[in-house]
Amino acid sequence: MSAPRFAAEPGRVTRWVILGIVGIVFLVPILAMVEFSVRVGQPVKGVQTYGLQHYAAVFDPANGGAYGELFRGILNSLGICAITVLIVLVLLLPTMILVELKFPKLRRVLEFVCIIPVTIPSIVLVVGFVPVYSIVARVFGSYPWTMAFAVGIIVLPYAYRPIAANLAAIEVVTLSEASRSLGAGWGSVLWRVILPNLRRGILSSCFITIAVVLGEYTIASFLSQNTFQTALVLLQHTDPYVAVIFAVFALIFAFVLLLLIGRLGSAAPGSTGRNRRTA
Amino acid sequence: MTTVATPLAPADTTSGAGVTSRRRSVVWLGLAPFAAYVVLFLAIPAVLAVASGLFDNAGAFTLANLAAFADPNILKGFFASIWISALTATIGAVIGAVVCFALLGTKPNGFLRTTVDSASSVLAQFGGVMLAFAFIATIGQQGLLTKWLISIGVTDNVFVNFNNGGPLLYQIPGLVIPYLYFQVPLMVLTFMPAMEGLKSTWAEANATLGGTRFTYWTRIGMPILAPAFFGSLILLFANLFSSYATAAALVSQGGIVPLAIKQQLTSETVVGVANVAGVLALGMVVVMIVLMTAYAALQRRASRWQR
Repeated sequence: MSAPRFAAEPGRVTRWVILGIVGIVFLVPILAMVEFSVRVGQPVKGVQTYGLQHYAAVFDPANGGAYGELFRGILNSLGICAITVLIVLVLLLPTMILVELKFPKLRRVLEFVCIIPVTIPSIVLVVGFVPVYSIVARVFGSYPWTMAFAVGIIVLPYAYRPIAANLAAIEVVTLSEASRSLGAGWGSVLWRVILPNLRRGILSSCFITIAVVLGEYTIASFLSQNTFQTALVLLQHTDPYVAVIFAVFALIFAFVLLLLIGRLGSAAPGSTGRNRRTA
Repeated sequence: MTTVATPLAPADTTSGAGVTSRRRSVVWLGLAPFAAYVVLFLAIPAVLAVASGLFDNAGAFTLANLAAFADPNILKGFFASIWISALTATIGAVIGAVVCFALLGTKPNGFLRTTVDSASSVLAQFGGVMLAFAFIATIGQQGLLTKWLISIGVTDNVFVNFNNGGPLLYQIPGLVIPYLYFQVPLMVLTFMPAMEGLKSTWAEANATLGGTRFTYWTRIGMPILAPAFFGSLILLFANLFSSYATAAALVSQGGIVPLAIKQQLTSETVVGVANVAGVLALGMVVVMIVLMTAYAALQRRASRWQR
């Protein structure tokens, strides 16, 4: 398509010059991290030697002690991820469906509640979490997984949006009425009609929950729990190379996760998406 | 939509009004778990955080703690937080808007757009500690760029020593560089929908009336996009104002409000009044409320053109 002269769009050259410059500037720190992680020792007479020693060291069982804390942090983070996802699925999702079906007037209230955490900085919430958690610790003990309750709140805005968008795109009320009139009980309406239709939104919000939980630092550091991020900060002082290696891994992991969300979101709702799924 | 909920009820219960109302209350109970969770972990902490600044050590209500805002260090912290947020939000918004402009006309589901979108969400949300590492490796003492500058003879560059206070990266002004790294992607994410709202018919109308590309942008594009642009700018400002992890990983002393809160929570430094962390939290919330009110107002104006 030859662009009309007065279209709002930029020309081909302009577009690629802008994207090229910004892209390169944004790639530099990533490349610097990769370069940093393959450095071996200090440069001799201005020549830096490179190798994969630091990568090998991560998986060397002899270093189990040195990186043990980090791996425990990663395990804790994964546990917190699982429980946070569970909070989204067991507390947020049913509430959203219930509000959509039975209390449409409460939709705005629910949205407002779910957006609030964006406007309260996590550092402010932390000031309040500290006393709350002194009670939580007395009830459940001071385990890393208890952090999931606090993280679940931080995640609310991100988890809410994809599900809400999905709910708005399908006719939940019509669908449930149709299946009810065909004799389905509420259980099968939920399991066989509503949830399958919400699959895409639910998946997106689970992925984004995982990405946010893995990147969470503020709450973990104030509640003195060992998670992936707090372990990275500690490790950075003793072994900056390995800390950077894990940062690169995490960035790639998050990128893939969010690329998946992008794919899920771009598969248009309606006929094309459905065809692709059954094909 | 709202009318459909009631016709459902007769299908449920054919036996009488008593059962209906009981069912109704059972359904209300369905909202209880989520409500309880939000009250326990959102409402209570938020109220505790903000209110704790208004009580003294004995637990009595007092406004005396607000005197902390007169402390020069705390004032400096708020000032630093505000200027660094304003600076990075402005630069980030301009660069981000230019990137959005460059993306105009590309296929929304195409490879380029999905890649830019995903990269933007990663960089905008996953920043924190890892962002700090990326810049330690780039412009830290041993960073790629620092070493390269030294190798070409610029041994006395800002990355090694800024303002006689050591490497730029570990000082408050140095935070601008990593912060831009997540402000620009956030701008791309929030501003792109508004950019896409520009109708091609407006460009055509402009052309048929003899306008040029320049008049299109100055007379049509920019005025229409202005509310969305400033809305996104406020969002960027708020985002930076509340961010903590990157600064915590890079700057060891205080200097901005979140770091001051950390200092207050970990060791009560002398300001002379109680619960300074709570007072600072209150100050941050006030700033955020002002920002969000302005944002909501601009958003209402912006949405007029996004249908």
